[in-house]
Amino acid sequence: MTPSSEPILAVRDLTIRFGGIVALDSVGFDVADGQIVALIGPNGAGKTTLFNCLSRLYTPDRGDVLFAGRSILGLGPHRIAELGVGRTFQNLALFPTLTVLQNVMIGLHSKTRSDFLSNALRLPWVGREERAIRAEAMELLDFLDLETVAGHPAAGLPFGTLKRVELGRALAGHPRLLLVDEPAGGLNHEEVATLGKLIKTIRDSRRVTILLVEHHMGLVMPISDKVVVLDFGRKIAEGTPAEVQRNPDVIRAYLGIDEGMTR
Amino acid sequence: MPSRALRLGLVVVLAGAMVLPFVVTNFRLFQCAQVFIYAIALLGLNILIGYNGQFSLGHSAFYALGAYTTAIMIDQWSVPYGWTIPVAGLLCLIAGFLFGIPALRLEGLYLALATFALALAVPQILKYFEHWTGGSQGIVLSKPAAPKGVPLNPDQWLYFLTLFVLLVLLVLARNLLAGRTGRAIVAIRDNPIAAQAMGVNTALYKSLTFGVSAAYTGIAGALSALVIAFVAPDAFDVFLSITFLSGIVIGGLASISGAIFGALFIQFVPNWAQDISKAAPWAIYGVFLIGFMYVMPRGIAGAVRLGAARWWRRRAEPS
Repeated sequence: MTPSSEPILAVRDLTIRFGGIVALDSVGFDVADGQIVALIGPNGAGKTTLFNCLSRLYTPDRGDVLFAGRSILGLGPHRIAELGVGRTFQNLALFPTLTVLQNVMIGLHSKTRSDFLSNALRLPWVGREERAIRAEAMELLDFLDLETVAGHPAAGLPFGTLKRVELGRALAGHPRLLLVDEPAGGLNHEEVATLGKLIKTIRDSRRVTILLVEHHMGLVMPISDKVVVLDFGRKIAEGTPAEVQRNPDVIRAYLGIDEGMTR
Repeated sequence: MPSRALRLGLVVVLAGAMVLPFVVTNFRLFQCAQVFIYAIALLGLNILIGYNGQFSLGHSAFYALGAYTTAIMIDQWSVPYGWTIPVAGLLCLIAGFLFGIPALRLEGLYLALATFALALAVPQILKYFEHWTGGSQGIVLSKPAAPKGVPLNPDQWLYFLTLFVLLVLLVLARNLLAGRTGRAIVAIRDNPIAAQAMGVNTALYKSLTFGVSAAYTGIAGALSALVIAFVAPDAFDVFLSITFLSGIVIGGLASISGAIFGALFIQFVPNWAQDISKAAPWAIYGVFLIGFMYVMPRGIAGAVRLGAARWWRRRAEPS
């Protein structure tokens, strides 16, 4: 870590309640530029809630979220992509009737500008923009080994393939920060290993900072620079994978070993 | 190859459409113009329901707004009829956009009910402003004649005018839906949260789509006022909205050619039903509706696409 550089993402004192339940309680951490940071914790710890705060689907009751030093809480959810924050969804949120290629092309929405009128009239620059969108999406499909399914509708493809399509769609917007929600869910052992490599490749070759929500320790531990642990909406630990694995609070809360066994 | 075949097919259909006015009766031409007008309205409704996933039972209201805009402009101010068509479209674009803003808060069946209310209200509102609209009597117009020097009778002229407007609006719709905007419109239907995460301003796109849809339907209404040369409030009741709805489902949801197939259906099938049974034409029409949906669950356009694909595959196979 380089403490001198400003974090690309700073979460400060984030608190959100749903009815009587405190889903996030004063959670704060930094994500430095170029890191892979994992957010782990048992089910219901508040990981996805935190993600939804970052992508402005939820508005926290207290606290702030700074992207590149600037608060994003005043922006609507559709403004987040153009800032340079991409995301994938836990249970896949693709556009099922569109083809794989079209799904990835929508990822470029925030980086392009043709509108109702210019599209309807097909002005010359719109044709150029459309060709550039297609070329860039094809390049991403190539990068993710998806060329063979480019023309296939997103519905009906294997789960692991669709996860890569979602990654491609998120990367198409040239994010500086990529939020990845449980990418290993539903994948087998071998696929998880490949995914881990892919996430590292994305960080290294595309210079994308990655914040990862994940259950799968086999994925998180080898690739993360930093791990943040949530439990019941609170941050209980933060550090390198090795530090977190040794932390007694984490072992108790996350793995539930010693208490769970003796009780 | 299939795209070349498609282009060839289009050329043949267009050539046929150019020759038709000189070989059939004026009444048939009037019916064809009706089909073109319905196709424009269905295209508008299909952009909203088929592509964007917003429901409307209120498009008879926009059709009425378009028709009355043309009728009042000609009747009250003697505006040349050609100008009234874009004005009707623009007015409906604004009205649809404004209606689309509160409609953002309504989903599915609730939006259907809100638009249903619009359809119910409009005929009565038209009767209320009797000074402009002529009340229940409506407004009688004279059929526009062809411009000086064009050797066409009024029915032939209106046939070409409606065909021209339809072709322009078809091309615009195809362009719109094929580009960045069209992808965003469909993305909102498929998954609004994900569309937002990709940077799509869903509220703006939904309202604008509502406006565009209303504009198409309003232009169709304006043309219908010219072709029928008469507007009256009771022609624009909620039944018309439901006719449009059945037209896009029978024709094929989220399909541009579906608008033309659907227009043919809603223009001609009620007449056939009438020919089959004078006593219960709607019962016969109902049987047709159910039969079409059963045989072609993806609409006529879907069935045509499937049939064409099969034909090509069979041709491609070595015999």
